[in-house]
Amino acid sequence: MQFAVLSGFLLAALTPWLSGIFQHRIGWLLALFPASLTVMFLGYLPEVMAGSTAVFEYAWIPGMDISLTFFIDGLSLLFALLISGIGTFILIYAGGYLQGHPDLGRFYVIMLSFMVSMLGLVLSDNLITLFVFWELTSITSYMLIGFNHTSADARKAALQGLIVTVGGGLALLAGMVMLAGIGGSYSIQELLQEGDLIREHGLYLPMLLCILAGTFTKSAQFPFHFWLPNAMAAPTPVSAYLHSATMVKAGVYLMARLHPGLGGTEAWILILSLFGAVTMFVGAFMAIRSTNIKKLLAYSTVMALGTLTMLLGIGTEKAMMAFAAFLLAHSLYKGALFMLAGALDHETGTKDVTVLGGLRRKMPVTALVSLIAGLSLAGVPPLFGFVAKELMFEAVIAAPALRWLVILLALTASMMVIAVAAIVALKPFIGPLKATPKAPHEAPLSMLAGPVVLATLSLMFGLLPWFAGSALVQAGASAVGGYPIEVSLSLWHGFNLPLLMSFISLLVGAAIYHYWDSFRSRLQPLDPMIAKGPEAGYFKMMDGLVWFADWQTRILQDGSMRHYLRVILLTFVALTGYTLIARYELQWHWSLDVQLHELIIAFLLVASALVACFTRSRLGAVASMGVVGFSVALMFILFSAPDLGITQILVETLTVILLVLVLFRLPGFVSLSSPGERFRDVLVAGITGILMTLLVMITIDVQFFPSISGYMIENSQPLAYGRNIVNVILVDYRALDTLGEIFVLALAAMGVYAMIKFHPETDPGANKLAGTLILPPKVLPPQRKDVNGNQDLELQDRMDTGDSASSEDETRRGDA
Amino acid sequence: MSMKPMNMKPGTLILHAAARFLIPLQLLFSLFLLLRGHDEPGGGFIAGLVAAAAFSLYLFSFGSVMTRDLMRVDPRDLIGTGLILGLVSTLPALIHGEPFLTAQWWPLMLPGGVELKLSTPLIFDIGVYLTVLGSVMTAVIALVEAEE
Repeated sequence: MQFAVLSGFLLAALTPWLSGIFQHRIGWLLALFPASLTVMFLGYLPEVMAGSTAVFEYAWIPGMDISLTFFIDGLSLLFALLISGIGTFILIYAGGYLQGHPDLGRFYVIMLSFMVSMLGLVLSDNLITLFVFWELTSITSYMLIGFNHTSADARKAALQGLIVTVGGGLALLAGMVMLAGIGGSYSIQELLQEGDLIREHGLYLPMLLCILAGTFTKSAQFPFHFWLPNAMAAPTPVSAYLHSATMVKAGVYLMARLHPGLGGTEAWILILSLFGAVTMFVGAFMAIRSTNIKKLLAYSTVMALGTLTMLLGIGTEKAMMAFAAFLLAHSLYKGALFMLAGALDHETGTKDVTVLGGLRRKMPVTALVSLIAGLSLAGVPPLFGFVAKELMFEAVIAAPALRWLVILLALTASMMVIAVAAIVALKPFIGPLKATPKAPHEAPLSMLAGPVVLATLSLMFGLLPWFAGSALVQAGASAVGGYPIEVSLSLWHGFNLPLLMSFISLLVGAAIYHYWDSFRSRLQPLDPMIAKGPEAGYFKMMDGLVWFADWQTRILQDGSMRHYLRVILLTFVALTGYTLIARYELQWHWSLDVQLHELIIAFLLVASALVACFTRSRLGAVASMGVVGFSVALMFILFSAPDLGITQILVETLTVILLVLVLFRLPGFVSLSSPGERFRDVLVAGITGILMTLLVMITIDVQFFPSISGYMIENSQPLAYGRNIVNVILVDYRALDTLGEIFVLALAAMGVYAMIKFHPETDPGANKLAGTLILPPKVLPPQRKDVNGNQDLELQDRMDTGDSASSEDETRRGDA
Repeated sequence: MSMKPMNMKPGTLILHAAARFLIPLQLLFSLFLLLRGHDEPGGGFIAGLVAAAAFSLYLFSFGSVMTRDLMRVDPRDLIGTGLILGLVSTLPALIHGEPFLTAQWWPLMLPGGVELKLSTPLIFDIGVYLTVLGSVMTAVIALVEAEE
């Protein structure tokens, strides 16, 4: 299992080579990988539906309780199926969408890596492993969002997504460590057994807040929702994948996964219900204000994520069912709608829904499939979205806390979402045909395959709920709830309150759609308020971060070598000295037994150090420092540490060589330090020296643990086949340290090389634009209207039959 | 050590002659240190420093162009090769399913009763050797070239 999933990384590594061979058919080829994974996961379906689970043990770092164990139950299977199933179509779709793109190979490398990371995330049983995959999805999605890296907008959006999700990831790690500390294990399955212990622990609330900080940022919950619509700067296949079934659902997945262990407390119910409901409302509200088709979909994704979080918060049996059903329904229709939106944009050259219309004759298949997916989004029977929405309303009506608020927000949000569905899936296709930047025609097979299959599934799960829908939902709901939940879905529940709510929202939604233009202009006065929303807070924080970095760099690194030294030494003295004084009682009970030759070396050491201080020649100072070094080497040799001695001599030699090389580039001493400065330096040097002496005395005096050298001496020959213990330590016992050290050494050499070889192109501090990646641009550059300035990449369809795409393109540009 | 890099080339006959004769000896010595390291004082780090000192001496007497010529490889490539060797030495343990960096030994009996102890620590040590040599030479040559 582990191999099957993780071999995707291998495939990703081979992709550049493969895409050279298979050219534009590479998408179909690579899709075989997720397709076969889907089949494999489907094989576990009967087993999981019967209520059992599958565990694939693999010890990774057993010493630290970190395993690569994969675990399949209803929840992880549902997610794994969505990830690999939708992923199959996304890979095919991307082949059509990005056809001829010069970086297609790179795209597939990142996309496959992302897919595997996502699968790892939902299958991992170990918190640490899960976290590793979690961060991998953050990094790969950063590269995917910024795929069109020549666009400043894409770069900025990518960085914003990365900072928000990785910032939350840090909190999540802290939360996970606390959770493992409380539950006594890193295995999720074991932790979930300890639910009562965890919920009653004193650290429960801080741990919960840390974990939620991670999941809320990842799943774009209010007030962190702003990064998700910005991430639409990514090419559409990325948006379709990341924002339907994968990346943004990772947070929801983790909350659902931990629900049996952490859920059900007052804090959990309140926080999740409230934030989920608010996110749901904000997402729907922001969606209705947008005219860019991808933004509309993105905000409706925010709405869906809020709904899922809210359902987890409500936590009743109905809510669990609604959660699983909504998750499935949303992934299906949102994946389809995103891909269709990309097809529209690809074939017409615009993303602005206000300029689209009457495309039903030009793109009949797209129109039909959009309609089906859109009906599912709106929650209209007989689509699966309707089933999910009914369940959601049922759960909301019985919410244990904040009931009326939750009901109100759910109702208004669903009204707006119905309008959004109509705008996205109906408006571009009805009415008179409008002129678009490109002459529209039907999208190619590769771009329609996914939407057709996903929309068909939406329809099938709705019409025939017993087919697979019920089973999947039952397995998922039981896993989230932590106890078996019996589910039998049906379209018709009789006349009841949820049906009434559906009906009302359908009516109001239709009205909003009808008066959409005036509705939007009515909302215009709110714009300044929205501009001051959470995203402004993000920019303020980034501003503050840059300011702080600037400030502390000025204080700590003012460019003077001596200042650096002082800062380093004083920090060392303060921290170590404090510990020393606070922890230890200094005792002077060691006798001095000094031989004459040792005295001579000591004298040589002190004398040459003094010469270095008082000499007025740089070369003299270097030479006397060399004497200090060689005397130390002599000391090592006298105390029978030949390896250390040799190393010291060699390092000393090379240091002198380096210093001599540098010295001749420096001007002579022009001004010597003033007496005041000298006194200050003597003070710093003196304190450091005294502290070092004390430290040496302490290390001789205090012994916490039995020395490890005995073990090393005994085992060096029998275990490591070496008589030189120093070397055995370096290359065997502590080889990992050495490995790290040679990497540091290489980095240092690269640093020196770069510093000497590369000259700055501008004066220090002249690059004022360095911060613009994370800050809002101070001045908006005038909009350029050339073909390459296109914000969303959207490669022009080159082989298109004689439509003057580029010239028409100049006339209108729908941008974000 | 009292040479001035700017004008050392003319009139440094002793240095010239010494460098020319010393460098093969020093390099041999560095290999000797590298290979004996596991049993006697020596090892990759020390040996790398000795080799670096050898090339540095040559560098001072003949300049950077001739030193690059003598080394044949860019010192930066040595760093990369060293790091890769260091990483490669971790692989055999993984294949055997043992913890990361567990040493593997393949002793070979050569004709004449000499035992050749091939092992991952040896590969690792060679990696250290090349990294140290490459790092020092990268920095020193860069400095000298800046001077020239």
